[in-house]
Amino acid sequence: MSPLARPATTRSAPLRPALLAPLAAALLLAIAPMASLAQGLTASDMTNMAQEESDGPLRIEITGGQVEAMPIALAPFFDEGGAGDLAARIQEVVTADLTGTDLFREIPVSAHVARPEGFDAPVAYPDWRAINAEALIVGAVSLQDGRVTAKFRLYDVFSGQPLGDGMQFDADQTGWRRVAHKVADQVYARITGESPYFDSRVVFVSETGPKDARLKRIGIMDYDGANPLWVTDDSALVVSPRFSPDGSQLLYTSFQNGLPQVMLMDVATLSAWPLKQDAGTMSFAPRFSPDGRWIVYSREQGGNTDIWQMDVATGAERPLTETAAIETSPSYSPDGRRIVFESDQSGSQQIYVMPADGSAEPTRLSFGEGSYGTPAWSPKGDLIAFTRRNGDKFHIGVMRPDGTEEKLLTESFLDEGPTWAPNGRVVMFTRQTPGGDGTPRLHSVDVTGRNMRPLDIEGAASDPDWGPLLP
Amino acid sequence: MNGYRIAAAAAMLAALAACAAPPAATAVDPYAGGRYTGAVPPGALPGGSAEEFRRTAGDTVLFPENDATLDGTARATLARQAAWLKQHGSFSTVIEGHSDEQGTREYNLALGARRASAVQEYLILQGLEPGRIRTSSYGKERPVEVCSTPDCQVRNRRAVTVVMPGAGV
Repeated sequence: MSPLARPATTRSAPLRPALLAPLAAALLLAIAPMASLAQGLTASDMTNMAQEESDGPLRIEITGGQVEAMPIALAPFFDEGGAGDLAARIQEVVTADLTGTDLFREIPVSAHVARPEGFDAPVAYPDWRAINAEALIVGAVSLQDGRVTAKFRLYDVFSGQPLGDGMQFDADQTGWRRVAHKVADQVYARITGESPYFDSRVVFVSETGPKDARLKRIGIMDYDGANPLWVTDDSALVVSPRFSPDGSQLLYTSFQNGLPQVMLMDVATLSAWPLKQDAGTMSFAPRFSPDGRWIVYSREQGGNTDIWQMDVATGAERPLTETAAIETSPSYSPDGRRIVFESDQSGSQQIYVMPADGSAEPTRLSFGEGSYGTPAWSPKGDLIAFTRRNGDKFHIGVMRPDGTEEKLLTESFLDEGPTWAPNGRVVMFTRQTPGGDGTPRLHSVDVTGRNMRPLDIEGAASDPDWGPLLP
Repeated sequence: MNGYRIAAAAAMLAALAACAAPPAATAVDPYAGGRYTGAVPPGALPGGSAEEFRRTAGDTVLFPENDATLDGTARATLARQAAWLKQHGSFSTVIEGHSDEQGTREYNLALGARRASAVQEYLILQGLEPGRIRTSSYGKERPVEVCSTPDCQVRNRRAVTVVMPGAGV
């Protein structure tokens, strides 16, 4: 039996999203032709002090402690043919990605004492040491036949060496921001040792209209809020969209039939189908398993809500919880072997974990004051993010998968629904302000609790779900 | 408007072209028959109206925080609703459960469903046919009061009985 009830209406949306797959396929990665040139040239410039300070490669360790942002310099990106202002715009996005983490601080061009003569010219390290730049990024952009190419080299200024090989990225001109994100991702990964996350997308709900008659539609945007594209219209209430593991499909909950019902959408075609749903039941809170084989969701019948699991290939469904309490908001561990969820079986909402096949009694993880909900397992596996309500405050927090080391990252009138960056270092969530003018907005915060910031998008938004790092 | 339709048609074509194997429609969509229209024709109908139901019986019952318990006031309202519905056998109902904004979106959908179900069960206990009463939940999506004071939150923790001509299943 198919898991999908019927081919329902094709969504009419104003814009077809720039598709993930074609763009990704067009993105070339060329390492070979760009061997490091500068090696050896500046060995004589290295000072003892610099060698002492840079014991090993340039590196930011991301820890909970207060880290001072690393000063970096970006030499003005060279236009190597036809790039025009695209060189500066790509550089701006690279800079915004890096400084937006609060781990890097840009030394403005006005403070630079020199500029490299060309992309492949040797780097005069003393010029960059003079302004206390710890890392230098040299970039170049060209535009030909509608394709943009960006390349970069990263230098460890104090040790006077390139940090890794130069790289170049190539994409259709409309994908120029992705090229910039790819450059920034490389720099971030090489310096922090973490996997990157800038070239990724977020699916979310855009909200318009008054609070008691809100109109909602689902959009997909770049992680930084750019390029929003609408994949549903606002004719039916929609909530809680979630990406499939590869980003090619969406699960969400629609009220188009007058009650909550889980829908599955193919992002490339915008076709959407309701998941099979028995009469007299509601379904919501869906998520894919990491391998895409299963969908877990909340299914309501007769006032009671349990967690159910569907085999995507066969449509076979079965309950994973069978209590008289509300069980909802399931989320898989990245290895797919466990599911964390919330239940009010103790009298208040708390977080529990169980084997992904429901074969053993759930174990309760949260024991603090107040209630806990919307657990989301980090893609790194090391933490579970959650919403905690205590008194009249809401928090986003994280804990170990065994429930220990709970740490609250935020506090406000209403914070909810954390979602993880693909590298497990940043959490995005919804923050709503109180009152009749109360508006939800998306915010992000580091897993260390640092760098809390609103997302730069127009209008009200909620229910973010951070998709995978794009290939 | 035209462009909109063209876009839809283009998307449909793209769907046909790109989606090599669209999922087969083997299961039956229980709502395809359009049983729930969500619209109540305006004006008085022979033998009663939604407006009359609201005025004489009251369409809303309130709940304590994080709770689906029916208190005396709620039960009295539901007794009037049941009496009205017995007199107006051509009407069916959808019970819409709602919550205040204090809570997560998904939990509140479940809580609204629990409240709607409590009302449904009580109406059935009053002798109404189960087939006339369906439930839905809007969680915190459709507050009746937009302020965030405790008084407003109280009025948002509610179940609303929506009556429609047509006797249901």
